[in-house]
Amino acid sequence: MAPVLTVENLKAHFFIRSGVVKAVDGVSFDIAPGEVLGLVGESGSGKTVLGASILGLVDPPGRIVEGSVRLVGEELVGRPEEVLRHYRGRRVATVFQDPMMTLNPVLRIDTQMIEAITAHEKVGGDVARARARDALAAVGIASPDERLRAYPHQFSGGMRQRVAIAMALLHRPQLLIADEPTTALDVTIQSQILALVQALCAESGTALIWITHDLAVVAGLADRVAVMYAGRIVESGPVDAVFARPLHPYTRGLIDSIPSRHRRGDALAQIPGMPPSPARLPDGCAFAPRCPRADAACTVAPLVSGYGAARSTRCWHPHVEVETAA
Amino acid sequence: MSAPIIAVDNVSRTFVQPLDVAARLANLFGAGMREAVVTAVDHVDFSVRRGEVVGLVGESGCGKSTLGRIVAGLLPPSAGEVRFHGRPIRELADKPARDGMLKVQMIFQDPAAALNPRMQVKDIVGEAPVVHGIVSRAGIAAHVDALLARVGLDPGYKTRYPHQFSGGQRARIGIARALAVEPEFLVCDESVAALDVSIQAQVLNLFMQLRRDLGLTYLFISHDLGVIEHLSDRVVVMYLGRVIEMASTADLFRQPNHPYAQALLANVPRLATAKRRFEPVKGEIPSPLAPPPGCHFHPRCPFVMPRCRVETPALKEIAPGRRSACHLNDEPGRS
Repeated sequence: MAPVLTVENLKAHFFIRSGVVKAVDGVSFDIAPGEVLGLVGESGSGKTVLGASILGLVDPPGRIVEGSVRLVGEELVGRPEEVLRHYRGRRVATVFQDPMMTLNPVLRIDTQMIEAITAHEKVGGDVARARARDALAAVGIASPDERLRAYPHQFSGGMRQRVAIAMALLHRPQLLIADEPTTALDVTIQSQILALVQALCAESGTALIWITHDLAVVAGLADRVAVMYAGRIVESGPVDAVFARPLHPYTRGLIDSIPSRHRRGDALAQIPGMPPSPARLPDGCAFAPRCPRADAACTVAPLVSGYGAARSTRCWHPHVEVETAA
Repeated sequence: MSAPIIAVDNVSRTFVQPLDVAARLANLFGAGMREAVVTAVDHVDFSVRRGEVVGLVGESGCGKSTLGRIVAGLLPPSAGEVRFHGRPIRELADKPARDGMLKVQMIFQDPAAALNPRMQVKDIVGEAPVVHGIVSRAGIAAHVDALLARVGLDPGYKTRYPHQFSGGQRARIGIARALAVEPEFLVCDESVAALDVSIQAQVLNLFMQLRRDLGLTYLFISHDLGVIEHLSDRVVVMYLGRVIEMASTADLFRQPNHPYAQALLANVPRLATAKRRFEPVKGEIPSPLAPPPGCHFHPRCPFVMPRCRVETPALKEIAPGRRSACHLNDEPGRS
């Protein structure tokens, strides 16, 4: 199947007084219709900027300096704002961590949802209202007719996120980018939102990019996973294979540092040091200073190398012995 | 079994939002407006033995942070008593008791908010032990160096300010400050929640190392069940101000008794390799301002019975060392 989205060698850099911050630095991936891609990384790894770059939402002092983003074959990088506006919300939608970033606090839910519909389609007010109502019902909001007339502050955090998801899916987009949408929510509410997004995307065939720092959420949700470190994807592949037999030492370190992987009370495996500042990345492999396998070769930035049909990593010394033995 | 280091004895805490002028005026004309009362902690009873790590879990608004503050002596309970080595901590007037309370320290969630941004690290860590006469002014530099080294920070950084450190390092400064007065008992309120996975592992390892080296006892508050399962010997589960289950970590994670504990554990995302369908518990967490009558969990409970809507279940012993507050345990045919 032809991919919905193809990202090639995308670079989004921020030009600040003290230098250039390479937030996204040569990222390539694609995603098929209906596929769920988990994009995993720690703070400052560039995962949010990558999501924003796909939508053309990188603001000065940042800009996309190189690369291409194609939605079903159509190039989005370098297109004028009016054209991008036509895509956003209709063909590519987004859900953010904080639903109050999506919702206008001084407008009622119906005003916002109807506006979102009529911005892209010529339909009458009654039709738009009915669609907004159905969308709220679809995300499991009880008595949607009354709730349409409520303001965002009258909803709980989980309910607000449901409204944000309902708005994102109004136009049955081909791609939904969800940036940490459950991070601020409680465990039982997070589970509800995961179930909802999983069901809605499967139903409408929407491809989903789920950006998170939480490996466990991705393990239950995604088909494929891409792990970001210092602006680059260091490993990608099917989620089961990557979590069972990580190739990149960073992926392995992340998985090993999760408490539930250990016997109770045992010392957790830890990655020494801390993530580099994106403004001062080391030459060569950015993970080398923290990597147990680093040697002289790592002073040169590793290229992406493929393993098997679906996996790839950016490392001179991947844990390939595990992969071939398995 | 050793004597409890901390005993929480039937503790409750309510917060009252007093009426504003307009509401008081309206009441003069018979509007009948009432003050909003939140019962954040509702008759909680538990103890922590020396050397033990007790995990306190629950979702937003369940009162776990309020309980942590009461245990740390930062907040007086509205009813009930907290005892440290058998002595009620509300007797703070005399100096020996106050010195005793130094033995209970708290580590907060957001190290950026808990550290004074205008103080150097050496003063943040070194102020309390000098004030309380634990270390002489002459000996403070060596004391601070030793503390920073113990939590894995370079003592050479001690003249820096909090903003010059990363999140993980700030967490370590918060720990060093708590250790500076030589506590026996630490209340850790979501102390690793703000950290990235790789940094979180470093700080959790530090907590375990300190427990071994210094013989510390912890009350570890977290919403992250993976962290709780890893660190704790026993777990206390709270829902809307009440303790609903209390058990050893192994028992709770193998077979939770209370339906809420079951739902909570089933909903924890795990790194299990199989993709799964999420089967969430229905409903929202009710507002603590108007909790449901009877068992607080009944509107969301899959096993709800008529009795649950009216009668609050007591926290009863269901097995040795294990307590649960659920009417189902009284039903025949269920052990």
